[in-house]
Amino acid sequence: MKRKLIAMMATMFALAIQTPQANAADLRLIGSGASFPFPIYSAWFKDFSKKTPGVTVDYQAKGSGAGIQDLINKTVDFAASDAAMTPAEIAKVVDGVVLLPMTAGEIVLAYNLPGQPKNLKLPRDVYPDIFLGKITRWNDPRITAANPELKLPDLPITVVRRSDSSGTTFVFTKHLSAISPAFKAQVGTGTNVQWPQSDKIVAAPKNDGVTATVKQTPGAIGYIEYGYAKLTKADIALLQNKAGKYVAAGGTGGAAALAGAKLPADLIAWVEDPEQPEAYPIVTFTWLLFYGKQDPAKAEVLRKLVAYGLTDGQQIADSMGYIPFPPNVAETVRAAAVKIQ
Amino acid sequence: MAVQFSLPDSKSVSQPPSTLAYIVDRTFFFAAAAGALAIIVLVVYILWEIGGQALPAIGRHGASFLVNTRWDVQNASFGILPQIWGTLYSSLLALLIGGFIGVTIAIFLTQDFLPPAIATAFRTLIEMLAAIPSVVFGLWGIFVVIPFIRPAANWLHETVGFIPLFGTSLSGPGMLPAVIVLAIMILPTVAAISQDAIGLVPYKIKEAAYGMGTTRWEAILKVILPTASGGISSALVLGFGRALGETMALAMLIGNANQISLSLFSPANTLASLLASNFPEAGQVERQALMYAALVLLAITLVVNVIGTLILVWTSRKMAKA
Repeated sequence: MKRKLIAMMATMFALAIQTPQANAADLRLIGSGASFPFPIYSAWFKDFSKKTPGVTVDYQAKGSGAGIQDLINKTVDFAASDAAMTPAEIAKVVDGVVLLPMTAGEIVLAYNLPGQPKNLKLPRDVYPDIFLGKITRWNDPRITAANPELKLPDLPITVVRRSDSSGTTFVFTKHLSAISPAFKAQVGTGTNVQWPQSDKIVAAPKNDGVTATVKQTPGAIGYIEYGYAKLTKADIALLQNKAGKYVAAGGTGGAAALAGAKLPADLIAWVEDPEQPEAYPIVTFTWLLFYGKQDPAKAEVLRKLVAYGLTDGQQIADSMGYIPFPPNVAETVRAAAVKIQ
Repeated sequence: MAVQFSLPDSKSVSQPPSTLAYIVDRTFFFAAAAGALAIIVLVVYILWEIGGQALPAIGRHGASFLVNTRWDVQNASFGILPQIWGTLYSSLLALLIGGFIGVTIAIFLTQDFLPPAIATAFRTLIEMLAAIPSVVFGLWGIFVVIPFIRPAANWLHETVGFIPLFGTSLSGPGMLPAVIVLAIMILPTVAAISQDAIGLVPYKIKEAAYGMGTTRWEAILKVILPTASGGISSALVLGFGRALGETMALAMLIGNANQISLSLFSPANTLASLLASNFPEAGQVERQALMYAALVLLAITLVVNVIGTLILVWTSRKMAKA
């Protein structure tokens, strides 16, 4: 007992002496923000910390809005957001902000129908109306017409939406507003919007909450990030794109959609309604947000982090349910990273 | 200094307090007083802090905040009537179910229906319910309660749907699953305090009741329960308070739809659930509105507790008269 105690004290003493030295060489970077890319970011940061001696990167998935707040309040070294940043928010950051798209993902419509019919097809004039509460039953003629090979039940459609404000909602409503004037007029775009009042529109917290509710509710449909649907093996609908083709998520449709994206100088681009014939319709970039000016040592590591994400990082994107960047996009982002000083 | 006078007889049983005893006594007094004061300061500080942050929203929305039904972040128009309704409706229903079962359990466990060893085991089991985290209750609600009650709920809707209580069909999350889980969550509180209250009824009173020829049920319903009514009503008030403030399980089960409906099967929303859902990503304007909502929740809890205390005072006065 006594010996243990001495050993413990000795260790503590040794640690106490060592820490200041270790600190001098150690660089700890703290980030916070979006939960949508959290799985891939945590894999990146873990691997990057391991490969770069003396550097640790910590990331907290608090949500896009919280990440932007943290960046404005200067409590983090970098942040992440699915909704990029508004000009008003950018103006609040004295040292300037560098927004870099780092990965991209797809939002899918997961559904739960008795008998698990696969490959439900949803035309582009139909799914906005489902989320507007205008189409209320699964055997509605407009749904059955697109799916002659499926036997759709006479069951009410329960729409599951996010209860918290979220970048996923922002991207999804932006897409719906782009393809449906009625949706744009009635609901609009935002991280937290006014959905129609209905008994059949329920809300659940976070991506996992929506996934669980859809899985547990016969007749439910909800929008979630593709990775969550992949993980839980939820049935997801084929969506009709602008060219009129029905495309499944998770294939090459995401990369096709991104290939058509033109990144402007500020690198904030929305792929609201991709035109490529093979494109999956609901895709989005997600951004890392950096300060324009900071401690040079930190800036160098942050640039390395971006470079890692654009090279090694893109290799694992596909397996984790994200879309690897086409080479031209990766090159544009890499060139923009020099603005982190 | 403490010794004001000394007794001449040193063999006397009573001794004047020693200086040490005096110091201990004073120290204890001040520690206790500081503890009590700290609670008051803490409550005032919390009110001050929340009130201060809510002030801009109070100025902006005024009383219309309490009667508006939309929570619209885009247009910065906020109202919490559906949430107030949902909070009170769910808590009252939960109290109705949880309170009834809790008091019944308390009677069952204290009135010698069971051998003492088994009664103790039961008691421990019920108290263990209080240790289950809220999130686990929420998950249990989603994966067990909702599928379990769905067939019965939808049968009720189809057969007696004209009754407003069953006016809609249950798809998933909604009032009823939330109420059921909430009732189970307040059960330990109600049961434990009711048991203590019933346990405090003097044995003599029970014996006297039997002596006058009452049956067991007459003794329980007409003598023991009225005598313990003060304690039981405070158990109910505490349970109600718990139900009002419950957050996570409700955020997962109630469906978070800002609408007012009598139907047990429609989705609804509560104040605590609104706060939990919207706080993490709220911007400044919404945050102020949320603080206002928090203030309203505090006020509701306060009013409920005051009503509870009044009932307590009223019943004990009536008891004293009888």
